[in-house]
Amino acid sequence: MDWGFLGYGFMQKAYLAGLLGGASCAVTGVLVVTMRITAIGTCMAHAAFAGALLGILLGVDWLPLAFGFSIAAAGLIGPLSDRADFAPETVVGIVFSAMLGLAFLFLGLMSGARTSALNLFWGSILTVERTDLVLMGVVCGLLLVGLTLFFKEVRAVLCHRSVALAVGVPATAVYYVMLVCTGLTVTASLRSIGGLLIYSLVINPAAAAYQLSYDLKRIFILAALFGVASCWTGLTLSYWLDVPSGAVIVLVSTLIFVLATIGSPKKRSLSRRERLEINYSGRIEEPGQAAGQKRGTHV
Amino acid sequence: MRHVDEGGRVEAEATPRQHEAGPALVLERVAAAYGRHVAMRDVSLRLERGEFLGVIGPNGAGKTTLLTVLNGLGRIVAGRAEVLGIPVTPGSVRGLRRRIGYVAQLQEFDPLLPMTVAESVLTGCYGRLGLLRRVPASERERAGEFMRLVGLSGLEHRPLGHLSGGERQRAAIARALLQRPEMLLLDEPTASLDWQAQRGILELIRTVHERFGLTSLIVTHDLNTLPDVCSRIACMKEGRLVRLDTPRAVADPELLSELYGTRIRVVEEDGRMHLFY
Repeated sequence: MDWGFLGYGFMQKAYLAGLLGGASCAVTGVLVVTMRITAIGTCMAHAAFAGALLGILLGVDWLPLAFGFSIAAAGLIGPLSDRADFAPETVVGIVFSAMLGLAFLFLGLMSGARTSALNLFWGSILTVERTDLVLMGVVCGLLLVGLTLFFKEVRAVLCHRSVALAVGVPATAVYYVMLVCTGLTVTASLRSIGGLLIYSLVINPAAAAYQLSYDLKRIFILAALFGVASCWTGLTLSYWLDVPSGAVIVLVSTLIFVLATIGSPKKRSLSRRERLEINYSGRIEEPGQAAGQKRGTHV
Repeated sequence: MRHVDEGGRVEAEATPRQHEAGPALVLERVAAAYGRHVAMRDVSLRLERGEFLGVIGPNGAGKTTLLTVLNGLGRIVAGRAEVLGIPVTPGSVRGLRRRIGYVAQLQEFDPLLPMTVAESVLTGCYGRLGLLRRVPASERERAGEFMRLVGLSGLEHRPLGHLSGGERQRAAIARALLQRPEMLLLDEPTASLDWQAQRGILELIRTVHERFGLTSLIVTHDLNTLPDVCSRIACMKEGRLVRLDTPRAVADPELLSELYGTRIRVVEEDGRMHLFY
C-alpha cells in the first residue's frame, strides 16, 4: 500500500483536524449520550450554521456569529428545559426547528453562488486551514482541562443531577456549562467536519464507548479513541478508494458502534453453561416431585 | 473518628448535635408553589434539634413540598423559613443543602448508567468538598464504612442501575450520611418496596437518626411505615398543616379517616399501632 500521501501538507492538516475534532466531538458526545439529549448535537450544529450564514449574508467574519448562535442556543435550552412544563427533548426540538428556519431564511436571502455557505453544511476536512486547527485545538484543550478539573461534578450531574443538586453541587451551572461546551465544540469543528456530518461524530463514538464500560473515565477515553480512529481510518480509506472523506468517516464511526454493541459486555446474556447451572440448582418442582423429594427419591 | 466493626455497626462517637443553639427549623406561614400551582400554604412549624417528625397525609397533600422547601429545592412564595438557624433564601440554599441529607423518593436509573454504587455514595461529599478538590482517601474510607452500615457490603462496584429498590434506598441513605448532615429528610423512603425491605429501611433510619444525633423528617402516606422513633406527627391535607401532635394522639381513627377520606381502623398490638382501611 502507498502511504506517500502522509507527506502531503493538506493530509497532515486533515489528520490533525481528525485528532482534535474527533476527540472533542466524541468527548462532548459522552455528555449528551449520558444525559440522553443526543438531538442537541444536531441542534447546536444548525445553530452554528445559522449564525455562520448570517455572517456570510452580512459580509462579516462568520465565526463569531456562529459561536454566538450556538452559545445562545445552549443558553436557551438549559433554562427552558429546567422549567417544569417543558421536557428537554421538546426544548431541543423547538430550538432546533427555530435555528433550521433561520438558516434557511438566511440562505434564501443570499444572492449569487452559495458555495461558501454550502461548504459549511458539508464540511471539508481536506481543505482545513491553520486557523481552524488552532481553534479546534483551543476548544479541545479547554474541554479536556475542564473535564479533568471538574470531573467529580461532571459525573454527579451527568448520572444523577437531582442528587448532585441536593448535596450542594452547583449542578445547574455545571449542566449549563456542559451545554455551552457542546455548542463550542460543534462550532469549532463546523468548517472541517460540516454541519451534517458532525452529528454522527458526536453521537457514534460516545454511544459505542457507552456500550463497553460502566466506568465514566474509561468511557470518555474510549469515546475519544473511537472518534479519532473514525476520522483517521475514514481519511485513509477515502484516499485509497477515492471517495468523499466525510461519508467514509461517518460510516466507520457507525461500524465501530455496531461492533461495540455486538461485543458489549452490558448486553451479554448468560452462557449455555451458566443457564444449565441455574437449571440444576434452581429447578422448579412439579407438584408430585415435592413429595418425592421429602422421601429422598428426587434426584 | 467513628469506627465500624466487622458487622458494619458504628461503635463509637455518634455526634449528637442537639446541644447546638436554637431550633432545627422554624416555618412561619410558609407557602410554596410550582408555577401557578400552590402546593403548600400557610404552614407554620417549629422543630427542635434531635426531633424526628413524621409527615403524613394523602397524595397531593404537600408533604414532599414541605421537605423541598427546607433544602431550597422547592420555591417559597410567601412566609419565612429558617433551617439550622439560617433563613432559606436563594443565596443560602447551596450552603444549607450541604448540611441537609436528602433521600428522595425511589428513583429509576438507566441500567447502563456509568456509575457504581461507591461512586454514587461518594457524591454525598462533593458539595462539602467544593470545586477543584479531589476526593480524599479519608472520604472513600468513610463511604466504605457507611456502605457497610447500611448493608451494601460487596456491592460497591455494582452499577447503580442494577440495584433493587431497597438497595437503591440504602445507597441514598449512605450518600446522605456522607454529607455529615445535621438534618435528614426522607421522602417516602419505603414506597414501592416489599415488606422485608421496608422493615430493613425503617430499622436503618432509626439507627442513623439515633447514632448520628440527627434532626429527621420522614414523609409517608402509609402510616404503618412510620418509624417508632417519631416524636411528633404532622398531618397535612390539601397543602395545609391540619394537625401536629404525638404519634399516640394522631392514631385516632376519626382524625385519620377524615384526613384520608376513607374509614381507617387502629389496632394496637405489642405496644405498636397498626392501621387498617
